[in-house]
Amino acid sequence: MEWTLDKIKPLCPQICEQVCLQIALGEFKPGEKMFSVRETALNAGVNPNTVQKAFEKLEQDGILYSVRGSGWFVCEDITNAKETLDNLVYKKTEDYFTSLNALGMDNNAVKNYVKEWDNE
Amino acid sequence: MSELLRCENLTKKYANTTALNGINLTLESGKIVGLLGPNGSGKTTLIKLINGLLTPTEGTILINGKTPGVETKREVAYLPDNSYLNSWMTVKQIIDYFKDFYEDFREDVAYTMLNKLGITPDVKLKTLSKGNKEKVCLILVMSRNAKLYVLDEPIAGVDPAARDYVISTIINNYNPEATVLISTHLISDIEEVLDEAIFIQNGDILLQKTIDEIREENGKSVDALFREVFRW
Repeated sequence: MEWTLDKIKPLCPQICEQVCLQIALGEFKPGEKMFSVRETALNAGVNPNTVQKAFEKLEQDGILYSVRGSGWFVCEDITNAKETLDNLVYKKTEDYFTSLNALGMDNNAVKNYVKEWDNE
Repeated sequence: MSELLRCENLTKKYANTTALNGINLTLESGKIVGLLGPNGSGKTTLIKLINGLLTPTEGTILINGKTPGVETKREVAYLPDNSYLNSWMTVKQIIDYFKDFYEDFREDVAYTMLNKLGITPDVKLKTLSKGNKEKVCLILVMSRNAKLYVLDEPIAGVDPAARDYVISTIINNYNPEATVLISTHLISDIEEVLDEAIFIQNGDILLQKTIDEIREENGKSVDALFREVFRW
């Protein structure tokens, strides 16, 4: 997954969210070793301290754990990471409906439109 | 995290203009800090004071507890905003020169970085493109094992691809014991890499905050806030 960071939002929560998505989408499996803080910083184009902070936050949330001297690993239980993915899908759906509501379509009209679009 | 740089009431006057107006500033180790301000705001004056190239009119400046001088030059790696290297020298000659000059120079690190760029050691500096010359200068500075790296406009003269190179070189050489101070007015290219931003204007420090604090408090990027603060 490409790193996409919004310029107007704080970086640390965005790194947390993207790491959760990478885990939920299976790019890193439960128990697997993550890229190091420095590699992740290089890939995302951010400061290593920001990645360190994000990984520590993810450790508190039970998504990653650290092993002294060997780095960061994905926890066996990835429920929380999957929840982040679900929340994002929900939010994007909500945004989509809201934006089409603003163009004068009610929710039913949007649903019909989606069906039509998919049939094409 | 320990204190690496401390300025107290630091003032620099040239004849009848005030370049730095009694600034107070502290930098900790393990940070990448952006010194951001328009032309003529005092960035280069501060950098020259850090490097002992100017002496303060008033106030104090301490690097690791010491006044800038011979001792602090061992700990400060400085990239000036224009090249000072002899263009007839080959890359290898310059590396030997740096090795002689600085005890903390890591020759192997320099050659590894040059190799990645495809620059051969026997090439003369004057035959390199402007962008490659700037990259060589950055490599020389980052190859030192210093406490404080001071980079004056490291991305001003290079194309966007070369900027990415400069940025990844800075991330790659990140060391929790050291601090990197980068002066620039090209903020949007670099803000993600910074821990902190310092805004400087007319010789005064307007703000010193982390990038995430600025984004959280203002709902905008550091670059957007800069454009707003320094609108003319």
